[in-house]
Amino acid sequence: MPEIIKKLEMRKITKKFPGVLACNNIDIHINSGEIVALLGENGAGKTTLMNVLFGLYQPEHGEIFLNEKKVVINSPRKAFAYGIGMVHQHFMLVPNLTVLENIALGFTSNKIFKLELNKVRTKIDEVSKEYGLSVNPDAYIWQLSVGEQQRVELIKVLCLGANLLILDEPTAALTPQETDELIGLLKIMAKKDRSIIFISHKLNEVKAVSDRVCVLRNGSLVYEGTTPEHSVSTLAEKMAGREISMPTLKEKSHATSPILEIKNVFAKGSMGTMALDGFTLTVNRGEIVGIAGVSGNGQKELADVINGINHIESGQILLNDEDITNKAPQKIINKGMGYIPEDRMHEGTIPSFSVKENIIMKDYNHPPLSKNTFLQNKIIENYSSELINNFDIKCPDNKTSCASLSGGNVQKVILARELSRKPKMLIASYPIRGLDIGAAEYVHEQLLEARSENIGVLLISEELDELLDICDRIAVIYEGKTLDILDRDIDTKSKLGLLMAGIKDEKKVI
Amino acid sequence: MVLNFIIGIISAGIPLAAPLLLASLGEMFNQRAGVFNLGVEGIMLMGAFVGFLVVLTIGSPVLGFLAAILVGAVMGLLMAVVTVKFKAKQGISGIGLFMLGWGLSGTLFRVYVGGITSIEGIRTFSFPLLGKIPIIGEIFFQNNILVYITFLLVPISWYVLNKTAWGLKVRAVGTNPQAADTLGIKVERIRFQCIILGSMMAGLAGAYLTIAQTHIFADNITAGRGFIAVALVYFGKWKPAGIMWGTLLFSLAHALQRSIQVYGINFPYEIAVIIPYLLVIVVLALSYKSQLLGPAALGKPFIRGSRE
Repeated sequence: MPEIIKKLEMRKITKKFPGVLACNNIDIHINSGEIVALLGENGAGKTTLMNVLFGLYQPEHGEIFLNEKKVVINSPRKAFAYGIGMVHQHFMLVPNLTVLENIALGFTSNKIFKLELNKVRTKIDEVSKEYGLSVNPDAYIWQLSVGEQQRVELIKVLCLGANLLILDEPTAALTPQETDELIGLLKIMAKKDRSIIFISHKLNEVKAVSDRVCVLRNGSLVYEGTTPEHSVSTLAEKMAGREISMPTLKEKSHATSPILEIKNVFAKGSMGTMALDGFTLTVNRGEIVGIAGVSGNGQKELADVINGINHIESGQILLNDEDITNKAPQKIINKGMGYIPEDRMHEGTIPSFSVKENIIMKDYNHPPLSKNTFLQNKIIENYSSELINNFDIKCPDNKTSCASLSGGNVQKVILARELSRKPKMLIASYPIRGLDIGAAEYVHEQLLEARSENIGVLLISEELDELLDICDRIAVIYEGKTLDILDRDIDTKSKLGLLMAGIKDEKKVI
Repeated sequence: MVLNFIIGIISAGIPLAAPLLLASLGEMFNQRAGVFNLGVEGIMLMGAFVGFLVVLTIGSPVLGFLAAILVGAVMGLLMAVVTVKFKAKQGISGIGLFMLGWGLSGTLFRVYVGGITSIEGIRTFSFPLLGKIPIIGEIFFQNNILVYITFLLVPISWYVLNKTAWGLKVRAVGTNPQAADTLGIKVERIRFQCIILGSMMAGLAGAYLTIAQTHIFADNITAGRGFIAVALVYFGKWKPAGIMWGTLLFSLAHALQRSIQVYGINFPYEIAVIIPYLLVIVVLALSYKSQLLGPAALGKPFIRGSRE
């Protein structure tokens, strides 16, 4: 067992990537029993700094001191040997192995033959009992929900003897209930003298869980202080370096003229099961309707079938009273559908194409952008430059490839393309996922702007704050059905949370 | 007559399956670790030639097999350096390895041997008593030693993959190398080991063709068996037993088409020849869904810190 970490310090850490200074002379420290939140926008250097601590990256400069002794951590194996464990944002689990095998994997590094599964099983039992983390060791990872997988990750690092836990955006894919459980658990761990570094840009959670915050911006440590002395909004300011106010809906719309009608739709998902199981919903002009739900309950399939990317088995979809059921995507686009896909790098844009090309992707084949099959370069040039200007897309010029832009700017390219076409209806799937707070603010402003232009908006999200901020109505999707539709004024966050877990009536909770 | 026909097919099919099974199990280790080695055919050709040459000059089949294994290891090392160390595209590298093995074996054959020459090699032997049992003896107990070793490798491979620490590492590396890396497993080392092991088996499979089966060497003597071996790994869903059934199915179909020709049955032989290949294509097309269970990182080079 590694020795107890009383104090860990990272001194003057500098890490460069080609063309980027990811960490610039950063000093941070953590004591035993402490929860430190590492706060910062995308690309601020949080994950890079932690990957240095975990031995995945070697810094150009800087040293790590453990209990006042200098240590060199040049591989994850070393990190574990010193009692440092990391739960990555993208879980590091092997899906076609069982929980037991995944954890046993951590004990195999020097072994060829001996696989002591029973010893590992006992270890898992001990850890589960100590922290009340229940898990079936013989379940395959692919059978587990995201929340359960996270539990496996935690058990794994604890089994491997970690005294210091690094959690990289641990709540990104959790339901509100799971998040609360996790926060409770982390506090118990801290009481048992483990140290925890919590990476996040969700400020409510940072506020709830941490003792101290370290704020990174553009690779430098810009602020360090105790958490209680700050409010959520001052933390946001420290993070963005300017004042931030997330836009919210001022008053509820009373729109009643339907633009998108989804009637009793059944559709299969990629696994061949019914992902949409009789889904029904109407969106009116000038209204933002939210779809709340834990991902994997049919959201992806819903967005796909509305846009004609997948076929439905039965049911009907109307856009502006016209039947668009199972029509080709291009037909649906031409009838006035706009779409901000969930995966902005693979579906929303072609990363190797330039900003200019991505902007004209939906209109290149008709005038004025093309004439008699020939692209009108001058017009395209002006058009794209105008949009880059209007939507404040930060890029060297319109020939820059989308792959080299930040997530927020890629999302602006998509917004520019979709909104400048003046759609009647806009589907936005997780439009601020992974974006930093400044970019999220901008996206929401644009969605509200679309609403005021009488466009119907369907907003799919897991973030309750996002939905409560800007939606007129919120529908909860559960196992492919509309479980309930809540009006904005009577909504409470906890009610939505329960609905997302599939519990419709609070009294019926067993 | 009909019984003899069937016994003939089965007893011919089993030894035909051995080299395929060897190569296919080897490819399975490659793929389980996430490496798609299309060079099996080339390695088999080199193994076939070197094994043949050693037996021709020294006369010892054992040394012939060992030489073929060694050549397989060298070609595997080459594949590993190119694809794991330098992260080249695996498909293209494999095709390159195939061409190298094909060209080199043919050229060396012309230079050092010249024409068709036959060698003694190894022959089948009959188990005492067991070999005399009617039907069963003929099918199961009158083969050469390598056939038994090869079929024994099926449970051994299963045990190694599923019950040992090394096997667990192989499975993890082929599905989520990033995860294995964070647990301190040396991803590249495991991949090197698997490629070399698989290539050694491919080399031996090649030597089987010349030393134990045909007793001659000719240009392109493997006739696509290396590629069939790759296909059979998918067919068998990356499991030793599944691969064994696949090789048997293919080999029985192969023996069937030979019998059709030998017995002079009125059936166009051009069509008979393609039956086994057609079978593989059809089964592969139907087993599309099984790919969900395969090694997810197959074909992707591992680069620490990349998010793909």
